[in-house]
This record gives sequence, structure tokens and C-alpha cells, in this order.
Amino acid sequence: MNNSTFLCVDKRDARLAMAHMYVAFAALAIGGLMGLLQVFVRSGRFELPANIGYYQVLTVHGVMLGLVLTTFFILGFQAAAVSRTSGTFTAKQRLASWIGFWIMLLGTVMSATMILLNEATVLYTFYAPLQAHWIFYLGLTFIVVGSWFVIFAQLAKYAQWRKENKGEMSPLLTYMVVANSLMWFVATLGVAAEVLLQLLPWSLGFIERVDVAITRTLFWYFGHALVYFWLLPAYMAWYVVIPKVIGGKIFSDSLARLSFILFLLFSIPVGIHHQLTEPGITEFWKFVQVILTFMVIIPSLMTAFSMFATFELRGRELGGKGLFGWLHKLPWGDARFVVPFIGMAAFIPAGAGGIINASYQMNQVIHNTIWVTGHFHLTVATTVLLTFFGIAYWLIPHLTGRILTPQMNKLAIIQAFTWTFGMTIMSGAMHWVGLLGAPRRSSYSTYGDAEQALEWIPYQIAQAVGGTILFLGIILVLIIFVNLCWFAPKGDEEFPVGAIDKDAEKTPKILENWKVWITVLVALILVAYTVPIMDIINGGPLGSKGFKFW
Amino acid sequence: MHLHRYEKWWLTFGIGSLVLFLVIVGISAFHQGHQPPSSVKTINYEQVDKVAPFNEPGLKKVEGKDWDYELVVVASAFMYMPTEVEIPVGSTVKIIATTKDVVHGYGVAGTNINMMLEPGYVSEYVTTMDKTGEYLVVCNEYCGTGHHTMKMMYKVVDVNE
Ligand code: HEM
Ligand SMILES: [Cu+2]
Ligand SMILES: [Cu+2]
Repeated sequence: MNNSTFLCVDKRDARLAMAHMYVAFAALAIGGLMGLLQVFVRSGRFELPANIGYYQVLTVHGVMLGLVLTTFFILGFQAAAVSRTSGTFTAKQRLASWIGFWIMLLGTVMSATMILLNEATVLYTFYAPLQAHWIFYLGLTFIVVGSWFVIFAQLAKYAQWRKENKGEMSPLLTYMVVANSLMWFVATLGVAAEVLLQLLPWSLGFIERVDVAITRTLFWYFGHALVYFWLLPAYMAWYVVIPKVIGGKIFSDSLARLSFILFLLFSIPVGIHHQLTEPGITEFWKFVQVILTFMVIIPSLMTAFSMFATFELRGRELGGKGLFGWLHKLPWGDARFVVPFIGMAAFIPAGAGGIINASYQMNQVIHNTIWVTGHFHLTVATTVLLTFFGIAYWLIPHLTGRILTPQMNKLAIIQAFTWTFGMTIMSGAMHWVGLLGAPRRSSYSTYGDAEQALEWIPYQIAQAVGGTILFLGIILVLIIFVNLCWFAPKGDEEFPVGAIDKDAEKTPKILENWKVWITVLVALILVAYTVPIMDIINGGPLGSKGFKFW
Repeated sequence: MHLHRYEKWWLTFGIGSLVLFLVIVGISAFHQGHQPPSSVKTINYEQVDKVAPFNEPGLKKVEGKDWDYELVVVASAFMYMPTEVEIPVGSTVKIIATTKDVVHGYGVAGTNINMMLEPGYVSEYVTTMDKTGEYLVVCNEYCGTGHHTMKMMYKVVDVNE
């Protein structure tokens, strides 16, 4: 990989990436505060002041953290990663990125305004036939369309690199950005179809009815890929950045690329695993998509292997002996390593939970219980987010021309442990009480003093305790963010990009042949979705008018 | 592409377990009939009250079927009809449910009964209630301001007592 030529992200690209970071961390602050309110309300000991509804707060939380924080952080990180490994953007590419950024921001403001006006209390999944104000849907459309501008600029940079470096393998980090961006594009086509062809004209009154099953199926065509879109940037850091941070090498270039290709292929034709308990889709097609879902285990196992191989090789290089002696040699005082490492560790229980969720029959035990909320606070809000924090601790100073001081490094590690502690309590309580049947997305209720519902309350108090500690974690990371943006001493913080182990095999050319992979992806999507969608369309009932029950 | 020897073992073991797991899930589903609720029956959601069986919500004894009772449930914001049922312990019940407005959930705490109710579709699930007690049914899909008040109660009783 010839990354030695571009050690530093160009100033103009740095400004672009930072713009995304400001929005992302602002979203974290707002969304985090909502999270705190939610756990308070659900404990039964606190009521929201005048006229603010629980579900309005929850909509803000889901939109800010699930959609805004993630999308902005990821696109900003990807812009920096491409600029760092494939060279600075051309003026045109940079302009396209900025246009995309502003469109996304405009969309965010539009949607957020409607939520605050209580015109869009439909939660971040906006399931029909609950009908939000059309400006909410248009805002979401802008977020998606804006993101297309940003990723097209990144894809254009990649294409340019390929042209200028004929016959060479592209830089690994750029390659990963390309895989994630392609996945995002193909997946967002589904939600774009849902919003543009159905929800938006319906909320404007151009069409009277929408087919609820179609909207949900299109949503989840997008929705599962969305969670991989969150995860893959974390994997980029694990595969490419962490080896450099610990002073080691990337275990295998080809395995890293292959695992990204597998994620791409099995990200979309699997969305029906979110609809296992729904009518209108037959058992056969549910089962087909469950099988496709489980294919993700293969790249996950590959990733786990690569990570531990990198750690062990490095630990032994430093003189670590015995079965686990190498573990002690890893840089346990370096936040850039420790924080994402905790994220990786959290992925072990999180992944196990995911297997249960996707397990066809077992899904019925946990579907729409608060177990699911516990699950994704481990996956996205711990594994992914701690890795993102770990990235921010070198990326932000790199972009702002500052450094991560030893004090901030220490605070970052304290932050990660605070997060882990709070999350263990909150997510643990959510998992447990979910198994007892407690529903998610529900304000405090004793259900008329039903015996079972009363048993859930201690767990809800535990969630409030854990959630409060988590909120403390959010304050800490915001302090570090502000420090790195405006107050840390000036200096040169490295953007760490690992080199490939010299013993690694040459990477097969096929991995860079996108025509092949896109064809396979489209074929898989057609196989998994054609019949279920045709069934819904052909057998579909009278569509639904809109309802506003809030 | 070359794989490290340990990686080959690791992946062989992993993929082997995965295949075994999927085979077990598949046999349980398609041979033993452990399927999630997947009815494809449709209905005009605006006419639910006028169409059988939904014009008479409640528990009904049936003869000559694989189940002993049919429990017909109509959901709407923010209630279920009926609000309470008494089910003889040990009986096999087919739950037949639908919604008159938005999407609702139907989760019976302490059991595996859990299904989505969507406008225009009938959701069905057959199960056996083999333990006495009170079971709280909650709406577990957000449906509006009163979502967390939407409930129903199963009383599974021993009729011989
Ligand atoms: C202070 C930290 C946090 C607290 C206390 C918190 C708490 C909660 C609670 C209690 C719920 C469930 C509410 C319900 O179902 O009734 C929830 C939902 C959710 N949280 Fe968090 N959370 C926090 C941070 C995060 C972060 C960092 C993310 C994402 C990166 C996140 C993403 C979500 C999402 C997507 C939902 C689902 C919303 C929905 O069901 O519509 N949360 N959170
Ligand atoms: Cu999924
Ligand atoms: Cu509800």
C-alpha cells in the first residue's frame, strides 16, 4: 500500500470532515440527553414537564443517535480516510461533498423541526400508517440524497486513483470505504422508494392510501444494511488503524477485503429477519432470509481471527510468552487502542444476542421486547460507538492540528470504563426484563397493576441507574471532543494506517472487480425479495389511510 | 487465496457449527411445525367489525379442528377486544387477530405468543396454554400516545377445581 505519500489529510478535506464531526457530536449531546429523560420516565419516578410527550422524546433520541450521529460521523470519517489513503479530493469532488453535507444538514433541520413541533412523533422507523408531516419525510429524503453526493465524491476519488495507478491494488482503507458506500447506496434505494413513491405523496394528499406491508418491507430492505453501515467503519478501524496503533501489521490484506465483500453481499437480502412475526410473508421466504442472515457469521469469524492474530503476533514480537502472555504486552494505556478494544469485547455478547434474535423461532421470544433495545445498545451504542470514540481521539486532533494530551488520553480511558459500567447495568437489565416480556418503545406503565408488569419495575429502575452513568459518559466524551476541537495544544497527531504483514499473500485481483460483486449482490437481492414483494402486491389488501394518534 | 492453517481450522469449525445450527432450526420449523405467525389472509381493515369472525370477538369452542378454541381479537388504538378471556388450562387455542387502524403488537408476557397486527392482514397463531395463571398481553409496537396503556388479560384456569 503506498500510503507513505499522503501522511496528512489535506487542510481543505480536514475542514470538510470536521463539519461532519460537529454535527455528529451535537447529535450525540441532544440524543444523549433524551436517553437520560427516557430512563427517568421509565423508572416511574419522574414525569416530563408540560406537554412534552415520551414518544416525542424517543423520536428525537432515535433520529439523532440512530440516523444523524451515525451518518454524519461515518461520512466524515470516510472522507478523511479516502483523502488520507488515496490523496486529496479534486475541487469538484470536494464541492460535491460540501453540497451533500449542506443538503443533509438542511434535511436534518427540517425533520428535527417537525419532531419538535410534535408533527412527526412516529419514532425513527416512521412506520405507516402513522402519518407524519410531509416536511419530516422530505427532510429524511434530503438526508439520504445528501449522503449520495458525499459518497459519490468518495467513489469518484477511488475511480480516479484506479485510473492513475493502473494494475495496482487500491489502498485498503479506501477499498473498505468503497464497499461500505456501495452498500449504503443500494440499501438507501429501498428507503428512497418507500419515502418518495409512498409516504411523501401520501402525506401530501396526492395518494390516499399506502400498502403497509410494502412500506415495511422496503424499510427493512434498507434497515438491516443500515446497521452494517454503522458497523463497517468500526471494522475499518479494527483492520487498518488498530494494527498501526499497537505497532503491528495488518494480518492479511486479502482476508480483510474478502470479509468486506461478504458483508456487502449479505447485508441486504436479509431484511425480512426483522419481519419474522409479521403476516403477509410466508414461512418459506422468511426462512430463506434467515439463512442468508446467518452467512454474516463467516466474515465475523474471519474478523475475529484477524484481530486476535494481529494482537498475538504483536504481543509475541514484544516478548510476550505462553498461551496468553502476549496480552500483557499490548498498549493498555493508549486510549486509541483500549477504547475500541472494549468495543470489540462487547461484540462477543452482542453477537451472541444477535444470533438469538435472528433465530427464526426464537425471535418470537424477544421480538419488540426491551431485550432488542438492550441488544442494540451493545452493538451500535457500545461496539460501534466506542470504536468511533477511539477514532475521534486521533482523527479530530489530526484534522484540527492539535494533539491528544496524556490527560485527555486518561480521561478517554475513564470515559470508556464509565460507558462500559453504565451499559452493563442498563443493557443487562433490558435484556433480562425483555425475556420476561417487557415491551420496548413504551412509556412507564403498570398496565393496571398487572402482576407481571409490576415485576418489571425494579429492572426499569436499574436501567435508570445505568442510563445515568451512561449520560455521565456522554458528558466526558463531549469534554474531550471540545478540548480536541478548540483547546488542546497545537501539534501533529498521526492518522494511523497499518501496513500489510510482509508474509501476507498477494491479494487476488477478483476482489477489486466490483462488476462481479455488484452482479452477485443484485442476484441475491432478486432471489430473496422478488417473490415476497410480488406476493404482497398481488395479494395485498386495501391500502391504509394516514393516522395521527399522538 | 491462502489461509493460515489455524484460520482454516477456525473457519471449518465455525462454518460446520453454522450449518448444523441451520439444519436444526430448519427441521424444527418445517418438520416439527415450529413456525412464526405467517398468515397471508387479508381483510378490509375499515370493515373489520362487520366481517366474521371479527364481528364477534372472544373465545369460542370449536369442534373437529386441530385446536379446541378460537380466540378472536380485534385491536384498535388503544385497546383489545375482548379485554379479558378465561382459557381452560391444557387447551389448544388458535388466536385470530387483526387491527382496525394502525400497526399494533400482540405479545403475551411469559409465553412465546408474539405477533404483529397490521392493517389489512389477519394474524394467526396456534398454541397450547399449559400452565395456569394470569398472563398480561401488551401492545409491543408503538401505535400512538396511549400505546403503553394497551393491554388484555388471559386467565388460564383449571376448570375442574
Ligand atoms: C445516555 C445514553 C443513553 C441512554 C440512557 C439510552 C436509553 C435508551 C432507552 C431507555 C431506550 C428505549 C426506550 C424505549 O424503547 O421506550 C433507547 C432507545 C434507543 N437508543 Fe438509546 N440510550 C443512550 C444512548 C444511545 C446511543 C449512544 C445510541 C446510538 C448510537 C442509542 C440509540 C438508540 C436507538 C436507535 C433507540 C431506539 C429508539 C426506538 O425504539 O425508536 N442510544 N435508548
Ligand atoms: Cu437486521
Ligand atoms: Cu401500541
